[in-house]
Amino acid sequence: MWQALYEELRDQNFTVVAVAMDSRPADPLPWIEAARPTYLTLIDRDHRLADLYNMVNVPEAVWIDEDGRIVRPPEPAGSYEGFRRMNRQTKEMPEEAVRLTAQAKATYVAAIRDWVRNGPRSEHALDARRAFAHVKAPDDDAARAHVAFRLGQYLIRAGRSDEGRRWLAEASRLHPESWCIWRQQAGVNEAGLASLPEFWERVDALGDKRYYPAIDMHGMP
Amino acid sequence: MVTLLTERGERTVAEAQGEGDRLWLAASEMEAATGWEVQPEGLCHGAACVPWPAGREAELVRDGRVEVGAFWRHLGKPVAHSAAGDVWVLGEGAAERAEALRSLQAPDFNLPDPSGTMHSLSELRGKKVLLVSWASW
Repeated sequence: MWQALYEELRDQNFTVVAVAMDSRPADPLPWIEAARPTYLTLIDRDHRLADLYNMVNVPEAVWIDEDGRIVRPPEPAGSYEGFRRMNRQTKEMPEEAVRLTAQAKATYVAAIRDWVRNGPRSEHALDARRAFAHVKAPDDDAARAHVAFRLGQYLIRAGRSDEGRRWLAEASRLHPESWCIWRQQAGVNEAGLASLPEFWERVDALGDKRYYPAIDMHGMP
Repeated sequence: MVTLLTERGERTVAEAQGEGDRLWLAASEMEAATGWEVQPEGLCHGAACVPWPAGREAELVRDGRVEVGAFWRHLGKPVAHSAAGDVWVLGEGAAERAEALRSLQAPDFNLPDPSGTMHSLSELRGKKVLLVSWASW
């Protein structure tokens, strides 16, 4: 998804790092082989990124300037939850949902272009005060969840699956808002996606809450 | 033998003793695994020292060994271990994670690319970086 943007902007001192939070390193490989990204792609089997940056879903993105400073803290990477309005029998999306999903992505990509061109003068590069205000800090249960998750992953890799899975379930119990933890430990369908009935039940249980939190950017649905 | 998973990575310690929620480690092993070292005033990480909790020094340090489980809980940081006590995770606390994010200095990490070569975020200093997560699931 980021290849075209990377190719367009790579000569302007811009790069992309895509981190796959996948506990089985073989799982993301077919996607990488199909997309053939020329930017850096990393495999994060213990969800280190989610722990360090308090991420709870994919895709989330952080904008980092030339000095290694965060100018946009983690937020959905231009994602809009149009899929929630999909007809689950026919898999068709209402026109409105398709339009809003495209609008979110186009708005986000345009904002990146603006940042790459204008740096701190871009309205989308948050100054320190605004960036600070946008940081979502983890709570103690989230920190405990990442420890439980790491232990579970280690035990599963060591062949101690039953005990490992119990730790992953404990991680999800401690940090219920993390879709990364829940989806990683949930079963997957024949397409390798965690979109089983349990997934839809969990999405429906959100009610008015968003699956992808609103992005604070002008023009975002 | 105990495997320790910390911010510094994975470390196997031959001379460690896990008993229930307790983990006794040689002070030198604790320092190698976590960066915390035993000093007369308590345990220190760089310039930051945490005094021994009043009256509990004997529970936490004995004969050059430290009871890391209790110490980690005393620091308010998360800890978890396998039922057999042979795998321990000493994690970072929510307060430290929050402080790191609020400093706005992007937390660094070291992860492999698909061929196994390790990369860190800090290698890209000097460029604007879009750091984006994804997953196959």
